[in-house]
Amino acid sequence: MDKVEVGGHTLSRYDEDLERLRSAVLQMGGLAESQLRRALQALAEGNTSLAAEVVSIEAHVNQLEVDIDDECNRILATRAPTASDLRLVLAIIKTITDIERVGDEAHRIANIGLHHPGLERGAGDGYRVVRHLGRESLELLHEALDVFARLDARAAVDAAKRDRQLDEEYDAVQRQCITFMIEDPRTIRASIDLLWVARALERVGDHAKNICEYVIYMVGGRDVRHTSLQEVERSLQRPAVAALGTPDKQEPKA
Amino acid sequence: MSEERAHWPANPRALADRVSFYYGTNQALKNVSLPVADRRVTALIGPSGCGKSTFLRCFNRMHDLQAGNRYEGSITLYPENLNLIGRDADPIDVRMRIGMVFQKPNPFPTSIAENVAYGLRLRGIKQRSRVEAAVEQALIGAALWGEVKDRLHQSALALSGGQMQRLCIARALVTQPELILFDEPTSALDPIATAKIEELIATLREKVTVLIVTHNMQQAARISDYTAFMYLGELIEYDAAAKIFTNPAKKATEDYITGRYG
Repeated sequence: MDKVEVGGHTLSRYDEDLERLRSAVLQMGGLAESQLRRALQALAEGNTSLAAEVVSIEAHVNQLEVDIDDECNRILATRAPTASDLRLVLAIIKTITDIERVGDEAHRIANIGLHHPGLERGAGDGYRVVRHLGRESLELLHEALDVFARLDARAAVDAAKRDRQLDEEYDAVQRQCITFMIEDPRTIRASIDLLWVARALERVGDHAKNICEYVIYMVGGRDVRHTSLQEVERSLQRPAVAALGTPDKQEPKA
Repeated sequence: MSEERAHWPANPRALADRVSFYYGTNQALKNVSLPVADRRVTALIGPSGCGKSTFLRCFNRMHDLQAGNRYEGSITLYPENLNLIGRDADPIDVRMRIGMVFQKPNPFPTSIAENVAYGLRLRGIKQRSRVEAAVEQALIGAALWGEVKDRLHQSALALSGGQMQRLCIARALVTQPELILFDEPTSALDPIATAKIEELIATLREKVTVLIVTHNMQQAARISDYTAFMYLGELIEYDAAAKIFTNPAKKATEDYITGRYG
């Protein structure tokens, strides 16, 4: 089965439950994404009021996580979901943990922006050092949430592969900051802040990759954590149905 | 076909091979091939009229009573390679070795002990001490002994529904069958009695092979080791229960177990 459908239950309220749950996750993801974007913007512009706003909104993401968790509990208890429905609910429970962590990272970056608005005065190119990493991680997060919305396992593999680039970019930022600190000890404070920001962005990439892995699980029923992406890609090229059953047998018409 | 059988259990207790069944001209089963794993629970699920009860009843030749019914294919009981639906198999002998428990508890209007001893008497076992010991063992096996040991000679009809069903299980157990067939054994019982029967089935499979038809999907998921999904007289998918209920291979199975049949 390449496609997971959410609707079509005999119990239409079950459809509504699952659909509501899914849109709540997307809403939560959108909020975390905008938090991260604004935190980076605040940092780039040295805008402390925007940073303060990001810090104050963090609780919303947390509240959404709690609400969605409750809803998942309720669905598990009352509907006893099976197969793709079960995988959807399990994947959601995991996904929201990662989204909440993205919110935490945005909060961390905003805090740095709030307390050290003059980053650009310190280490070398200042914010420009992490600008690329920031853009990349935002893009990857956006991609992961998009893949979740479309339940597209193939796109999920492609997105997950991009996390490697982020890790490499993070290493580059690290080396750059070390150079700044060696050249001019007065930049140490600012360089450490930059490192914290870069670290947070690298973590966002990891969370985005996790979300992609949950999508692969949700669609194909295969847990791909701790599996190399090349292997996952190979297994996706074989249709799941052909791997398990004979295609010559006719499926009954429902 | 061989690929599909790759995940079948090795050394099954019984093996249905291309079983078709006709009620007169009406074909109720179409080429059903399915293993029944030894000392495991195999559950048959599917919407009403899909042929799961018809299939179950083939195993102890319950269809023989109506003229015009016809079996095709084979159901081989191992290790002696006896074809249960072949001409050579004696239905009475088959039923001695394959017990059956029905949806509604159906004890005989006699005492509790007599109900259980019935199968032994059919076999001509009359020696009192032997009958008593076997009755006790069967009642212990059916987790009913503690509740009825002081009133073995009272009427079985005074028992509760759940107790009656366990009595029927004891009655099936007394002849030490190799395979027990359950046809929706808990659909007339309350949740507690249901839980007791499910618990009992889980213990039974240490000694006996179990084939069960159930409408309760969660029950199939809880108690079965292997699950077969049938639809319109055909077997759609057979696999380990954990696989069927988390990641079935066929869309029709997925639709049925997730509740998408209109």
